[in-house]
Amino acid sequence: MEAHAAQSPAAPRSRPLRLPGVGAGLGRGVVVLWLSVIVLLPLAALLDKSLSEGLGHFWSQVTSPQAIQSLKLILVCSLIVVAINAVFGTIVAWLLVRDNFPGKSIVNAIIDLPFALPTIVASLILIELWGKNSPVGVDIALTRAAIVVALCFVTLPFVVRAVQPLLIEMDRDMEEAAASLGAGGFTIFRRIIFPNLLPGLAAGVALAFARALGEYGSVLLFAGGKKDTTVASILIGQQIEQGNESGAAAISIVLLAMALACLLVITLIQRWGSRHERSQVNLAANPVITGAAEEKDDQRE
Amino acid sequence: MGISVEGANKCFGDFQALDDVSIEVPDGSLTALLGPSGSGKSTLLRAIAGLETLDAGRVLIDGEDVSRTPTQKREVGFVFQHYAAFKHMTVYENVGFGLKIRKWKKDKIRARVDELLNLVQLPGLADRYPSQLSGGQRQRMALARALAVQPQVLLLDEPFGALDAKVRKDLRTWLRNLHEEMNVTTIFVTHDQEEAMDVAGQLVVMNQGRVEQSGSADDLYEKPANEFVMSFVGEVNRLGDNFVRPHDIEIVRDRDDSTEEAMVQRIVALGFEIRVELVLGDGTEVWAQLTRGELQRLELQEGQIAYLRPVQAKSFNGAPPSDTSGASTPQGSADGGDAEVSAAV
Repeated sequence: MEAHAAQSPAAPRSRPLRLPGVGAGLGRGVVVLWLSVIVLLPLAALLDKSLSEGLGHFWSQVTSPQAIQSLKLILVCSLIVVAINAVFGTIVAWLLVRDNFPGKSIVNAIIDLPFALPTIVASLILIELWGKNSPVGVDIALTRAAIVVALCFVTLPFVVRAVQPLLIEMDRDMEEAAASLGAGGFTIFRRIIFPNLLPGLAAGVALAFARALGEYGSVLLFAGGKKDTTVASILIGQQIEQGNESGAAAISIVLLAMALACLLVITLIQRWGSRHERSQVNLAANPVITGAAEEKDDQRE
Repeated sequence: MGISVEGANKCFGDFQALDDVSIEVPDGSLTALLGPSGSGKSTLLRAIAGLETLDAGRVLIDGEDVSRTPTQKREVGFVFQHYAAFKHMTVYENVGFGLKIRKWKKDKIRARVDELLNLVQLPGLADRYPSQLSGGQRQRMALARALAVQPQVLLLDEPFGALDAKVRKDLRTWLRNLHEEMNVTTIFVTHDQEEAMDVAGQLVVMNQGRVEQSGSADDLYEKPANEFVMSFVGEVNRLGDNFVRPHDIEIVRDRDDSTEEAMVQRIVALGFEIRVELVLGDGTEVWAQLTRGELQRLELQEGQIAYLRPVQAKSFNGAPPSDTSGASTPQGSADGGDAEVSAAV
């Protein structure tokens, strides 16, 4: 038990994984080549395109009123969407893990539907329900509300799937211990459950945010590209149609930068979330205190 | 604060975890609930803590019926087998948790936590996270956390079960001393008879959701109420309807009316203790516990014929024993620490 706790953080680093029959050098070469072809080279090409008419042109494209409005719109909508998802995603995950109800496995499967569904299909579904032929008489198509609804739909799985495993693995003893110390239900959630969910929740929110920023298909039909509903991704499409490829590339670069920032935030959150596991290193670096404590154990023998 | 449980019943689906259980725990005592896994001992402890609700029966703490009182208001300290450390909090925050809930002032919390960390011999580790502690340290932290709020009773559920043998022995002694110092009514659950006898003043032996017997370690060992208790609190051989402890079997070289013939099958030297395994004429296997000196005096050899004389035997006529497996063969090593005793399986 103790040995396990002491060794586990260091274990994954000890030996690099080797593919059978393949030297480490070759393995790394293949990975770098693949990543280059699929990800890095296209990104470089995009960056090149955006700067093809000079930095000044890049800047004017990015700061045009149209671009700023579209970027602002998608940022605000995405923030609203992830706030909604953070709450409802957690509730859904909670019910799926802690509750038992008929049809639970069906609900569990439905959660992934937005992942699997082509976003243009999602758009059609949403128009059927909330468009001008709405069976419930609510027509929000081609409004900003439609952007939020469409983004909520496509990002639903992120928070649920990020929080669910943490809830499954959570040590119920902690909650019982807190209860025996006098903590009521709300306090247990706030002081015990929520802090343990936070790393997963934050990572799910960041992923959902990154996804929402670039969402195109579901927004295109449902919210349209009207003057006040043009989000950044749709503006990029419009720019390309109008032959302004470097302008499209410039806005793409801004979206890309925001997505990278999200990934960075996820990494930071995860490091922060595992701070109490990572800090094992200090134990070895500070043998004085540990040694003294262990000695005491020994003396009682 | 004395604890009593009256007529406790609890089912989980088809499984009856507690079957009309009543126990009495005197104020200030240190009591062990002893039994094999599935005997209901943990369920009983959790019912006392309010972590389980009874289907029927009452729990009284200091004479007051707390059966409908939620855990939060029972003022019990509970220690879990796997520590239940709040892993996102430092040792300091863990121990101070109950005090913070009770809205103590910061400086008072600081003083109380320091006092407790000294008591459980973890001074200087206040800023560590639980993952930076060893198992034994984590369990002592959990104990400090439970004691911080000055509970009326302290309940420990297999507190040393997840620790290795040496740490476990250290903590036993330490728990006994701590109890003498604090004098808070304490109940702890264990499946290890040696641990129970070492630590507790009073033992309650449970099996299949029922209390088999309660009393002091001596009572249980010398006057077991039934076969289950006899075989659970120590080693036992079965000779016909009689049960004999291995150290109550005398081996002699010459036959007389009171002896039975047996063949020495195996002689195992376990340090000071010698374990002699024998087979009787009817195929019954028994083992006897000798000292090194006795063995030398007898000059026993494997394969040799010897004569047994049970010095002290018990029979439990009347109520048929609930289970007999494991009663006639040696039951693992004397400390019984790691092995779940198989008597109730």
